[in-house]
Amino acid sequence: MEFSELLKISLNAIRANKLRSALTLLGIVVGVFSIIGVMTAVRVLQSSIEEGLSNLGSHTFQIQKFPALFVGGHDQWHKFRNRKDITIDQAEFVAERMSYAQYVGIEGWQGGQTVEVGRLKTNPNVSICGENPEGIPTNNWTVAEGRSINDNDQRYSTQVAIIGQDVVAKVFPNGGAVGSQIKAGSHRYTVIGVFEKKGGAFGGNTDNFIAIPLSTFLDEFGKRRDLHIMVKAKGPEVFDEAVEEARTLLRLARKVDPGAEDDFDIFSNDSLISTFNEFTFYVKLGIGFISFISLLAAGVGIMNIMLVSVTERTREIGIRKAVGARRMNILGQFITEAIVLCQIGGIVGILLGIFSGNIAALAFNIPPVVPIDWALLGFLLCLVIGVVFGVYPAWKAANLDPIESLRYE
Amino acid sequence: MSTIIRLANITKLYQMGEEQVHALQGVSLEIMQNEYVAIMGPSGSGKSTMMNIIGCLDTPTSGLYELNNTNVSEMNDNQLARIRNKEIGFVFQTFNLLARSDVLHNVELPLIYGGINVTERRRMAMESIERVGLSERMHHKPNELSGGQRQRVAVARALVTRPSILLADEPTGNLDTKTGEEIMQLFDALHREGNTIILVTHEEDIAAHAHRMIRLRDGRVERDEPVMNRRTYGASSVAASA
Repeated sequence: MEFSELLKISLNAIRANKLRSALTLLGIVVGVFSIIGVMTAVRVLQSSIEEGLSNLGSHTFQIQKFPALFVGGHDQWHKFRNRKDITIDQAEFVAERMSYAQYVGIEGWQGGQTVEVGRLKTNPNVSICGENPEGIPTNNWTVAEGRSINDNDQRYSTQVAIIGQDVVAKVFPNGGAVGSQIKAGSHRYTVIGVFEKKGGAFGGNTDNFIAIPLSTFLDEFGKRRDLHIMVKAKGPEVFDEAVEEARTLLRLARKVDPGAEDDFDIFSNDSLISTFNEFTFYVKLGIGFISFISLLAAGVGIMNIMLVSVTERTREIGIRKAVGARRMNILGQFITEAIVLCQIGGIVGILLGIFSGNIAALAFNIPPVVPIDWALLGFLLCLVIGVVFGVYPAWKAANLDPIESLRYE
Repeated sequence: MSTIIRLANITKLYQMGEEQVHALQGVSLEIMQNEYVAIMGPSGSGKSTMMNIIGCLDTPTSGLYELNNTNVSEMNDNQLARIRNKEIGFVFQTFNLLARSDVLHNVELPLIYGGINVTERRRMAMESIERVGLSERMHHKPNELSGGQRQRVAVARALVTRPSILLADEPTGNLDTKTGEEIMQLFDALHREGNTIILVTHEEDIAAHAHRMIRLRDGRVERDEPVMNRRTYGASSVAASA
């Protein structure tokens, strides 16, 4: 007996009881939906975080007052807010003494600025960052056109800027940025370079900023502000040593008591990702468990409806047996029906899950994710549920006595 | 003419709670190819049991049943299913069609289980449907057909595998007299075409179509004799009604 025939019989049987089938499927749909939806959303966040962090280059870590990724309540946030700022003196203390570092970048940020060129104007949402010369490579930024910030810019606090692509698009729509004058905030700068486009990541827009020398930045926006330190280790093999060195130096600079915990946070791409993964692991575990329970319940529902179906169709089974169906044929028919029932629910759940999981992608303006592996797992899970909970009803059907079944009213 | 069915001292014992019921108590008979036999008897005479055993839906407690010189009395479920598929065409009182399937699929059903490929079985099914005069109704569901038409679908299904015997259990029991007559004329014609037909009935009128009548009583053959005043119809009238 061909499989297509089995499939046709199953679909017919399911179609004959649309409402009942749909209600039975609901459990499967919800179970699969929750797995796929959450896994998709987690993956979207993960890929956006990874993308957003790619501005930290390889074997580079960053030190700042606030943690980069924070999961916790208001109380804990209070603790971070009360930490002292990382000052320029502390940052330079570390920078001068690092031996495992290839570059030590120091930067400060000021958001909500407007850039103007003549009558062209950006929205007041451009960030200005002050960078020391080494801040550019530690951020993994590439100057596409013109030059980067150099030591002279830093020493003499020159009024120069490198501008991001979004700013270029707004105020230099016809090109010719390098060498031109811009007004940013309340100051004028000469554009010395244009950054390569990086693309949006994790909610923010990473091209909507300009970089000026750190010394200029501190002059204009005030010296009393919180800075970031970015360290690129000399190589991956000394990464851990570099982290420890920076930690020790910064503790020294900030006069942290021995034995007291750090009053700053150190993170790298890897540590961020692993922190995130640690967090999502529990989310995955929880959702996985709940989904599993709901799928189990749905499976029982499938079994129940299949048992009803077998009883209702006793006569049909009798007819099939009378004209020559063997046990295996009947068994196959009812198992197929259970599997098809599960798979319809599974596919609906997978599609809904992928769709709703990607709402997060839409919100963060990043490319959608299709978790093929989880989708396959969902598919497989439905297969297993179909078989496990379909076997008993099917076995019952296969073993019906043809004479009794034919007489069944 | 060759022997199709040979029953030798068949018994069937049912366990009904504490009680043992002897549905058949040693039945022996032979049915030849192209015979037209009616099995009659009051309820409880064992004719249903007999039909189930002849139809390979059930096996005897003891005795020998040979169908086409093959001993089927000791076959297992799967072997019996195969025999039912290849050798026996059932026609039931209540038609027993698949309600959700159209005429074509109902007639194809035995061929599907017989492993016949799609093109071949479609051809065979259409031929069989044509034989019972329902080509126009090929894609109708049973509930869109009259009782007589339904029974003809059942006959087409029984014929489609070209079985050794057509086994009809009260084939006119759910039909009015006129439609019943039409179905019997169809059986008469099929008999003339060379089919072996066994009717199980309690109606004398229906049994009178057969050539041989076997009367059962209390699980034994009471009488086994040729039918004297047979009801027959001319070939022309059969063709017209079929």
